[in-house]
Amino acid sequence: MNAEAAVNLDANQDQGMAALQGQLDEIKKQVAGIKPGPENKLSMVVFSGDLDKMLASMIIATGAAAMGMKVVMFFTFWGTAALRDAKKQAGGKDFMSKMFGWMLPKGRGELKLSQMNMGGMGTAMLKGLMKKKNAPTLDQLFDIAAQLNVEIKVCEMSMDLMGFKHEELIDYPGMDYVGVATFLAHAKNSANQLFI
Amino acid sequence: MSDYAADKVLDLKGLPCPMPVVKMSQEIGSVDVGQIIEVHTTDPGSLSDFPAWAETSGNEVLGSEQGEFIKIFIKRNN
Repeated sequence: MNAEAAVNLDANQDQGMAALQGQLDEIKKQVAGIKPGPENKLSMVVFSGDLDKMLASMIIATGAAAMGMKVVMFFTFWGTAALRDAKKQAGGKDFMSKMFGWMLPKGRGELKLSQMNMGGMGTAMLKGLMKKKNAPTLDQLFDIAAQLNVEIKVCEMSMDLMGFKHEELIDYPGMDYVGVATFLAHAKNSANQLFI
Repeated sequence: MSDYAADKVLDLKGLPCPMPVVKMSQEIGSVDVGQIIEVHTTDPGSLSDFPAWAETSGNEVLGSEQGEFIKIFIKRNN
């Protein structure tokens, strides 16, 4: 091999290396841009304040937590009434807030069935059946949810609309008041989302 | 008949959904990794719920048998 050919070969090798380095840099850039996939998490919107749907929400939430999923429940609209504490009072309400407070269930103990309520008879019958079959009550399900670190977040705007005050809601560990962006940020990173 | 040497027996008879898996998730930490829990349940849904729970939580259903009640054998894997 003469000297000229050797120089050409070196130049080719340098070019090849530079191209490889460029490709490598490009790949590194792409890898750095990859966002982590959705978490093993369930984000739920609890919109309904009906007894049957609340039972379904709490059973799914506690079941998911038992399966090792992180669970975040967003209580909004009629759902917020289920978080009222029957033993607590809040003063300083205007007329409309008082009306809402008076007409909506004061806590999960007053929720009614969405169907076959029959003036309360259907709800009483279902509660009787649940007791007979040893099914967990809403009270028990909330306790279990707290034990399993199910997070409860409450829609601040619904609270405001219905005239509910923070001090009249149940004591639940870590419960806080949020807006739609908080729900969406959680939902975006969750493998599962539900609206009930 | 599936027979495994259980390290712990968990009696969940009479408890309906979702209590069997909820109790299971609370009790799995009470045995060491590799040990076996024998669950007794009367909830027919448990036959499909426990394998689903085990798959999601990274544990293992070794087997089950149905008699007067349902027995499910679960190995803690993590």
